[in-house]
Amino acid sequence: MKNIRFLFLGIFFAIVLSKTEAISWFRYYEMFRFQSFHMYGIFAGAIVFSAAIMQLFKSGKIKDQFGNPIQPKIKKEGVIRTLVGGTFFGLGWGLSGACAGPIFIMLGFEWIPAIILLASSVLGAFVYGLLDKKLPK
Amino acid sequence: MDFIFEPWPWYVAGPLIAVTLFLYFYFGKNFGVSTNFETLCTMSGAGKVSDYFKTDWKERDYALLFVVGLFIGGLISSNFLIPNEAIELNPKTAQELQEIGFSNVAESYFPAEIFSKESALSLKGFIILMLSGFCVGFGTRYAGGCTSGHAITGLSSLQIPSLLAVIGFFIGGIIASWFLIPALF
Repeated sequence: MKNIRFLFLGIFFAIVLSKTEAISWFRYYEMFRFQSFHMYGIFAGAIVFSAAIMQLFKSGKIKDQFGNPIQPKIKKEGVIRTLVGGTFFGLGWGLSGACAGPIFIMLGFEWIPAIILLASSVLGAFVYGLLDKKLPK
Repeated sequence: MDFIFEPWPWYVAGPLIAVTLFLYFYFGKNFGVSTNFETLCTMSGAGKVSDYFKTDWKERDYALLFVVGLFIGGLISSNFLIPNEAIELNPKTAQELQEIGFSNVAESYFPAEIFSKESALSLKGFIILMLSGFCVGFGTRYAGGCTSGHAITGLSSLQIPSLLAVIGFFIGGIIASWFLIPALF
């Protein structure tokens, strides 16, 4: 089980988001109402530090554990898919605080609503998969 | 040792999220959570219905381990690390929520009006949770990522699709919190 390290990384990430209140429905609501800096500060910090790390990856100064260059996956292009898909995600996130990672963390807090959110997210992904070829990109 | 049990300030999160991203890439994989929804479909046999799900989920077992870790980390946090879930919410936000009928605002991470067992299993609460989960699953797959994949990985690697997706996240989130929440409660 060489991948067990991802399990520990998940535990670490969950503790960070839990302790900084970044999984809280109230913090998301406050963010979308533009009434607090808290979540914006978290995102700004995460993006700035991550961008610096990305530059180190790009320049080749840091390679992965196998010695391979690190190249983040290129995201699929498409104005409709990103804007419309993003809006769907935002609706769910704004309503129930159901951000993808936090749903799994929420299982450890409020498991009944979290299981409903997880099951319906999987259902949503399933319906997307069925419609994948028909939807405008 | 008090700092372990007190809420951590916002500025701690950014660098530690970046550390997570760094280690995820250092371990040789691309950081992002929402592809797991697809993997769970594949594991449930969705490949029989649509070729879209015909993938080898074992190649993504690392991501499943990561989300199992998220669950364990959530359990550890809720049981041992957060003796008091009260949040110092903006008083204005708290007052507005009270006005639309929320009680015990910000005394815990999740409002009872949506997350208590009674609410979650009531018809209204169940439908709200199902619809929002559906939007999250459908939306992340259509957009090609969620907060971790687009807002953090994508924006920090300066990708335009991620910027568009994040704009979408905010369009949806603003509609939900400015219009849907007040209408529903």
